[in-house]
Amino acid sequence: MTDWLVGTVTDVRTETPTGRSLTITVDGWPGNLAGQHLDLRLTAPDGYQAVRSYSIASVGDGPAVQLAVDKITTGEVSPYLVDDVLPGDQLEVRGPLGRWFVWTPEDTRPIQLIAGGSGIVPLIAMARAHAASGSIVPFRLLYSVRSPQDRFFADEIAALESDLFRVDYVYTRSAPEGWATPPGRVTPERISAATIPVSETPGVFVCGPTGFVETVARALVDLGHEPQSVKTERFGGS
Amino acid sequence: MSSHVDGNALAGPLSEVFHTDMTTAVCCCDGCGETTTLASEMVYGAHGLVVRCRSCDDVLITIVETPERVVLSFPGVSSVSVERGAPSA
Repeated sequence: MTDWLVGTVTDVRTETPTGRSLTITVDGWPGNLAGQHLDLRLTAPDGYQAVRSYSIASVGDGPAVQLAVDKITTGEVSPYLVDDVLPGDQLEVRGPLGRWFVWTPEDTRPIQLIAGGSGIVPLIAMARAHAASGSIVPFRLLYSVRSPQDRFFADEIAALESDLFRVDYVYTRSAPEGWATPPGRVTPERISAATIPVSETPGVFVCGPTGFVETVARALVDLGHEPQSVKTERFGGS
Repeated sequence: MSSHVDGNALAGPLSEVFHTDMTTAVCCCDGCGETTTLASEMVYGAHGLVVRCRSCDDVLITIVETPERVVLSFPGVSSVSVERGAPSA
């Protein structure tokens, strides 16, 4: 049984116009693998409770857990986390959770990461774990966002980029000036052009809104990837 | 929640009942025979959860949480296979 723990918000950063990252320091947190999530529980003064799952951006030991949250304006929990929470506030969490959508350095396959919006969160944890472990397996990230300012962890991703971690962006609404491709959603052609080819039998991790994940997963299988090599995490939404 | 998610989201609720991570357990659908990890199935709802087969959409599992109890039913699962010694999280 995984117990609820009380964490204290220790850092808050604006990441995008609608999203921010939060660091929560949780006494008793046992550390986590790259890709795991936690459940976060808010309790209203009248006792009403809301529980939501959030992927963890941080990886490894220690009591500090980093999340990144994009605001769903009609949501019950994300507007509070993005607009209202301040350092010193307390939140209840349960975790780490899930051992399926995880990457560990023992996995020696080439790895393709594909993120839509805040779906980058568990994938940045994998990129951080890859860099920290000194793993020499090739990683590649395809990151779909509305516009350049909607990128979470943009500076860190740029700093991590190397021969062993290639990064490609798809801009769906507005691209930087001079960008080679016009803005548009991910298509099978774009996926094929900017991902590790089937011939290298990569492991693939896809995370994002449900519609995005299903489009991408279908395209990957159509390209010839084995369904078992494509792991997906849907967070609902549009 | 305006759209379904997947079985990864069951890790927390099921951690209250099972001592190993059930999202890596392999379920066999009684309707179509599809056999896959619970993490790959489709999950609908927010307060009560309905787990549907990713292949034929049959209802596999329902989970209802009350303040006192967690009520699980398995109307569409013919088997669940769990690795021995699997870690809890």
